[in-house]
Amino acid sequence: MSISGQAFLAGAFEHPGRELPDESLAQIHATVCLGALADAGLTMDDVDGFFCGNDAAGAGWISMADYLGLRNLRYMDSTESGGASPIYHVSHAASAIVAGKCSVALVSLAGKPRTGTNSGPGPLKVPEDGFEGRMYGVAGATSTYALAARRHMHEYGTTSEQLAEIKVAATIHASHNPNAFLRKVMTVEEVVGSPLIADPLHRADCCVVTDGGGAVVVVSADVAASLARDSVKIMGAGEAGKIVNGGKTDLTYSGAVWSAPRAFEEAGVTPADVDYVSIYDSFTITVLMMLEDLGFCAKGEGGRFVQDGALVAPHGRLPFNTDGGGLANNHPGHRGGVTKLIEAVRQLRDEANEGVQVPDCQIALVHGNGGDLGTRMRSATMILGREDS
Amino acid sequence: MTTVRTDSALPVPAPDVNPDTAEFWAATQEGRLLVTRCSQCGEAVWYPRPICPFCHSTDTVLEQASGRGTVYTFSIVRRAPGEWGQATPYVLAYVELEEGPRVMTNIVDCSVEDVYIGAPVEVVFFDTGEGAALPRFRLVDA
Ligand SMILES: [Zn+2]
Repeated sequence: MSISGQAFLAGAFEHPGRELPDESLAQIHATVCLGALADAGLTMDDVDGFFCGNDAAGAGWISMADYLGLRNLRYMDSTESGGASPIYHVSHAASAIVAGKCSVALVSLAGKPRTGTNSGPGPLKVPEDGFEGRMYGVAGATSTYALAARRHMHEYGTTSEQLAEIKVAATIHASHNPNAFLRKVMTVEEVVGSPLIADPLHRADCCVVTDGGGAVVVVSADVAASLARDSVKIMGAGEAGKIVNGGKTDLTYSGAVWSAPRAFEEAGVTPADVDYVSIYDSFTITVLMMLEDLGFCAKGEGGRFVQDGALVAPHGRLPFNTDGGGLANNHPGHRGGVTKLIEAVRQLRDEANEGVQVPDCQIALVHGNGGDLGTRMRSATMILGREDS
Repeated sequence: MTTVRTDSALPVPAPDVNPDTAEFWAATQEGRLLVTRCSQCGEAVWYPRPICPFCHSTDTVLEQASGRGTVYTFSIVRRAPGEWGQATPYVLAYVELEEGPRVMTNIVDCSVEDVYIGAPVEVVFFDTGEGAALPRFRLVDA
């Protein structure tokens, strides 16, 4: 059974804040949930499906359901897939809607890495402990994404200047976004001149650190038709996991090589049909590798693809992350999934910021990578279209 | 067999030893690097575990690796939290063992600028003081 055309994104809301020292984590969730429901023209009492990841306050969905007063739930899912979690949640919500298990699903993400701490569970005892990570000085994700970047450069001749083009495009977009964390347009020279954090990645190759959150509402076709606002059609979704595979580690590709074809097949479209992409941009290298793995260029061609303003809205070959993305706008809870969905909804409703709206935007792709480009990861790809497409 | 050193320039955290990995970590204290070998399909498996992730046989053994390999990729870490911040810059790397698996590790005993992809390396062990020694690698002449 396909979800294509059976479920719709009816509401989306991004918290306008980037530093929220005086708000609790649960309060940020509440703010974005109310915002997304108001955007859709729905209320908490309409919600019968609820989805959140480990960024939610307390013990998965039940603590947040209790805090928010969600009394009519009949489908709940705390799937934890790192920063890509909300894209998994929308995909799973669409499947649940198709199966008749719920009709109004609320997906929420929030975090306070800038002024507080996330209250999710502490580090789990993973089976690979001792063979990765803390033993060898893995310092946040930058050091392991750098391993992938270095190998990409070695195999394909990718350069730091090409990676920098991705940051430049993001900052051009962020300059049109009054809420963006970084509003100054950067040059390639400024990006490669910023301090090295983990060679070959510079500070400017990394996403911003912000508080905040976002939420989206997924509804059935019947509910979508009853709402005054334009909804966005879910045309297809694909998921995949890339495992370390017993030590046969290959850092030159991501799980998108599997998740993207699944999403395109379900949607019945190809990369050539896509007008806008939201790609989770934890680092510049993440975007470059996803452009290849999603099928927008051949493996190894990402560096050349991003040159000459290809990613810059409104007239680049493939405008991306027109809100500024995680690289320049917002990266709440160190998780990029929800803001990617929200900006795609804005583009398909012609509600992007002035100067970055893609003309006649009909089809958008959303991709999230959860986990680590340097080890194991979850990949989720979604194809969205206009309600009447 | 190499000696286990106590002169690490990097932090030497202790691993979480469990029944899957107890034999591996015990061998590190004798300066021996073990790799899981599947008796069914013959693949070398990293990290150690009793199930083969390739053919799903549970007929696996730990065997001694040569301790030699080459650098698959690396990063020079220049900013790090906690005690690792005192050790920067240091090299985080994947080393491809002669037996096949690519393993996360550090390249030590050299200037960080001397590391390159393809560089030949050999294992060195550093004592955690808690019943295990960490395998790291150093550059050797080709
Ligand atoms: Zn096997």
